[in-house]
Amino acid sequence: MSKVVPPLYAAGGEAICPSSKTIVFAAEAPLRMECGVNLSPFTIAYQTYGVLNNERSNAILVCHALTGDQHVSNTHPVTGKPGWWETMVGPGRPIDTNSFFVICSNVLGGCMGTTGPASLNPATGSIFGLEMPIVTIKDMVRAQAMLIDHLEIDQLFCIAGGSMGGMQVLQWAASYPERVFAALPIATAARHSSQNIAFHEVGRQAVMADPNWKGGRYLEEGARPEKGLAVARMAAHITYMSDDSLHRKFGRKLQKRSAPTFSFDADFQVESYLRHQGSTFVERFDANSYLYVTRAMDYFDLAADYDGELAQAFRNIKSRFCVVAFNSDWLFPTIESRSIVHALNAGGASVSFVEIDSNKGHDAFLLDIPDLISTTRGFIGSAARARGLQVAGEP
Amino acid sequence: MNNSTLENTSSKADQALSNRADHSLIAQMVEPNSRVLDVGCGDGALLRLLASSRGVDARGIELSQAGVNDCVSKGLSVIQGDADTDLNDYPTDSFDYVILSQTLQATQRPKLVLENMLRIGRHAIVSFPNFGHWRIRMQLLLRGRMPITAGLSTPWYETPNIHFCTIRDFVELTESMGAQIERAVAINQLGAPLRLSAPWWLWNMFGEQAIFLLSRQK
Repeated sequence: MSKVVPPLYAAGGEAICPSSKTIVFAAEAPLRMECGVNLSPFTIAYQTYGVLNNERSNAILVCHALTGDQHVSNTHPVTGKPGWWETMVGPGRPIDTNSFFVICSNVLGGCMGTTGPASLNPATGSIFGLEMPIVTIKDMVRAQAMLIDHLEIDQLFCIAGGSMGGMQVLQWAASYPERVFAALPIATAARHSSQNIAFHEVGRQAVMADPNWKGGRYLEEGARPEKGLAVARMAAHITYMSDDSLHRKFGRKLQKRSAPTFSFDADFQVESYLRHQGSTFVERFDANSYLYVTRAMDYFDLAADYDGELAQAFRNIKSRFCVVAFNSDWLFPTIESRSIVHALNAGGASVSFVEIDSNKGHDAFLLDIPDLISTTRGFIGSAARARGLQVAGEP
Repeated sequence: MNNSTLENTSSKADQALSNRADHSLIAQMVEPNSRVLDVGCGDGALLRLLASSRGVDARGIELSQAGVNDCVSKGLSVIQGDADTDLNDYPTDSFDYVILSQTLQATQRPKLVLENMLRIGRHAIVSFPNFGHWRIRMQLLLRGRMPITAGLSTPWYETPNIHFCTIRDFVELTESMGAQIERAVAINQLGAPLRLSAPWWLWNMFGEQAIFLLSRQK
């Protein structure tokens, strides 16, 4: 029986030959990574929407979350599903592509065309696997800054992102304050908590415990640690929802049966749902890439570069911020956002903070939540007026 | 349908708020182009007034999520927070003025809030309803009931106002804190300021609201 090769890895698949635009940084422009390695050459795959104005002042960089990618507002090339943030990004949306030039790039360590463990290592001609150096949020942001340089944009009008995307927003503001006019970090934290590192470790152990992981060399051996990666996704998915939203969605309802089977089948709807989440995830995501991006979040601690004082990261920053949290998000609880706001205040930054009432848990940032839409619209609109940008629909 | 009803009520509330007598008097106490923090900024009417008429860098704190969302969607810099707990997070001397308009009586610990205001800002501006006003005294004296007036219209069991004071009480508090009163205005129920030369007892009797500009003792 011939193995079906999913489109992620197929000859010309997204990990190696992405359908997105790409830029290759050659040997003379290496990426100096935090672990000490100079990565070169390396590739960034990215999508853009809308038109860059003549002043090159209307660019918005959207940063994606852990298992997101650059396909923020177009049909996904692997799954065929809509872009992951079409509620927020598109014509007439709060991040309006009629007014702004929106950029979203696949993160370093990802598997949708930017250099990561599923990419070819130019030094050996074979797939990186675990030879890929460990990636950090700062490395991701450094790579994005090189892309923004390449696009000849001095200052981004806005940087927006949720969860790991929010970490990149904060890192951008700390590393390149003069290049950020406005920043919108959503459902995020300035450091990854011990509990969240623990959840990630469970996921990584599930991947590495799968015999098909083969020490990370599964692609060469024609195998895939699908079971391990699916378990990792199932565990993580629980953390993206709230007790209340799981209960409302599934309760204790049984899956297509009227009585328990007294077995370990997926009797409960919630089990069936999680299994589905796990099995669809493995079709679009690389297991090693999952190890790398979870690690990047674990290592994130913005204050560590400033003697543990987060306010120093934002000292005298001119950028305007809007920090958003959701009250049912227990993965990135409101208190994490409050500590960001506290530090921004102490640093003298212009900051708004909104805690949005939603029962959807961490996932709320990806959903069509009216308060999130109106907050973003208001923040982007006022920042655009302050920046002197023409906004569609306004005189 | 729901949305448009909400928008209508909020725009009506805006008109009512921007006509608030204490707002224009507060604005007159603020130096142009200064940095201002409005604690309990509601829907941001005072912030907008200050930004447009005085050119100030205006920020706000508001407890209600609806108020914050309203402000942020209008483009104001507002943080969801509580005067009683979140002022602790602000660094010393980070604003020129910290304003508390019609909110002091709703805080858990008014003295601590005032101390924080005078720490964060070089000046504090406080407006509050005067519980010593003659109408309030009369209601309590003659009817033996908790007062309900046009300005304080909620019954005792529903009011958020838990720490009422009179103008005299407030002056005494500022003295005990060692704060300096730089300016003080009392206004009657028509929103007209009482004569500056009037004695304190007259203010305490006929001022429906009072507005104080305070600074730390030098």
